[in-house]
Amino acid sequence: MGILAVENLKLSLGGRQILNDVSIDFWDGHVHAVVGPNGAGKSTLAATIIGLSGYADIEGDILFEGQSIRELSIDERARKGITLGWQEPARFEGLPIRTFINASANGDKVDAMAILEQVGLDPDDYGNRAVDKTLSGGERKKVELASILAMKPKVALLDEPDSGIDIESIERIFDAVKLLKEQGTTVILITHSLAVLNQAEHAFLMCHGKVVDKGSVARIRHYFEDKCIPCDHKNVPELYNIEGQA
Amino acid sequence: MSQELTVINDLYSRTGTDPHELDDPDVAHLVINENHVLGMHAVPGLDVDAKELDDGVKVVVNLRSGTIVKKPVHLCFGMTPDRGVQRIIMDVTIESGAHISLLAHCVFPVAVDVQHIMDARLRVGENASYKYFEKHVHSPAGGVKVYPKALVEVGPGARFETEFELIEGRVGLIDIDYEATCQANSLLDMNARISGRADDYIKISETANLVGEYAKGVLTSKIAVRDNAKAEVYNKLTASAPFARGHVDCKEIVQDNGVATAVPVVDVHDPRAHITHEAAIGSVDNKQLETLMARGLSEDDAVETIINGLLSRS
Repeated sequence: MGILAVENLKLSLGGRQILNDVSIDFWDGHVHAVVGPNGAGKSTLAATIIGLSGYADIEGDILFEGQSIRELSIDERARKGITLGWQEPARFEGLPIRTFINASANGDKVDAMAILEQVGLDPDDYGNRAVDKTLSGGERKKVELASILAMKPKVALLDEPDSGIDIESIERIFDAVKLLKEQGTTVILITHSLAVLNQAEHAFLMCHGKVVDKGSVARIRHYFEDKCIPCDHKNVPELYNIEGQA
Repeated sequence: MSQELTVINDLYSRTGTDPHELDDPDVAHLVINENHVLGMHAVPGLDVDAKELDDGVKVVVNLRSGTIVKKPVHLCFGMTPDRGVQRIIMDVTIESGAHISLLAHCVFPVAVDVQHIMDARLRVGENASYKYFEKHVHSPAGGVKVYPKALVEVGPGARFETEFELIEGRVGLIDIDYEATCQANSLLDMNARISGRADDYIKISETANLVGEYAKGVLTSKIAVRDNAKAEVYNKLTASAPFARGHVDCKEIVQDNGVATAVPVVDVHDPRAHITHEAAIGSVDNKQLETLMARGLSEDDAVETIINGLLSRS
């Protein structure tokens, strides 16, 4: 069993089945990608694993290092070593970036300024700025990655890490993913982007709330490019017998 | 060391300010403890007169025309005893083209039953500027009642900026009552940041009248109320001249059994003027909370971090 596993996970929201018997085993120390078209349930899977409010009423189980975490709160899961980077990170009026990064380190002494440099932000320009609306979406994304680097989690779920990022900055984001792996973090990239998928070592393909394939990035990319871009089956895999190909 | 100097040092050290800053001959200062003037120093162009009255202190400040005071003027109003009434009557005139910045510390470190009454009248002359930062440090007991009242006249082309901070110690009771009149091309920016706990009571009533063309005004209040604290914010911006512009902004975070009220009033008497307002009251934002919790902070620590950010000096 990997460091993180979901077993027969089911979740309905508003009467709609969003996760439909999802089972995934994430191996320790790898960079994984969960890929799929919009509405496949990828972000919901991430939200469920970290335990966001509104995603608690699940069937199945979530195991971290072999122990169930489904009854734990977000912060309890985080203190065990799981974290989430949001597709659209939160804004914090007045909260200095440096404070945000230090708070994420949970009492460990970290060099917030050096971490800012690692994600491509000039610490002199950004250290004392607030994590607020004066930052662009891409800058907030980098700040969030900096906070995750400071936390040194065992597992980092990164939801659409390239969202809102310009072409020049995207390499910095990928560098941060490598840094996370180097520091021993298992990275789970939630994405529908081929560029992000290419950063992974192993991939899972989701469609209509199910994992329909898993394997090497090359194989999943081939299938994803061929069948999912564009998605011509309106996210109803049963119509195309996708499960049979998994 | 004289007893007065000891008191001054004690008051300043509680504000996080180095009391030796007052030794700089270029730094004007005025230190009042209870209703006694402990120290006073002026700089060229700045006239300060402080008279002890039977029930308070009357301070008259005049900055002569064209004078630019380079270093911030330090004001310290303290109450070292745990009980008593401090009453300060301020009469401030900033003459045309003069510029001044003031740092005021109001320190009531052991208050059990203390009243601080400030009654100010300020005139900022044509093209002059007045920048005022007031920081309060209160005791944890909540035994302070603060009544700051000010009538302000902002002349043509003048700037008037104030910032009020009360985030250390318990508020007790605070009742801010400011009213300003702004002439043509002037700018007014009033900002208050206050954190209430237990049964603290916060009342802010700020009014700005933009009576001159192109006058601009912003009234900003950021408040947090926890436990059983209560806050009421009544901010009013009136524009009666062409091209006057203004904004009223109130953000209040409510936790536990706290109660917050915001009544932004915008009043426009000229179709060419434009005033906006925004009020947001509620608990901390869930996404902010969950982001910090996903980094391992407990819910309480996450709330504290978010509130400290909101109330920090930007």
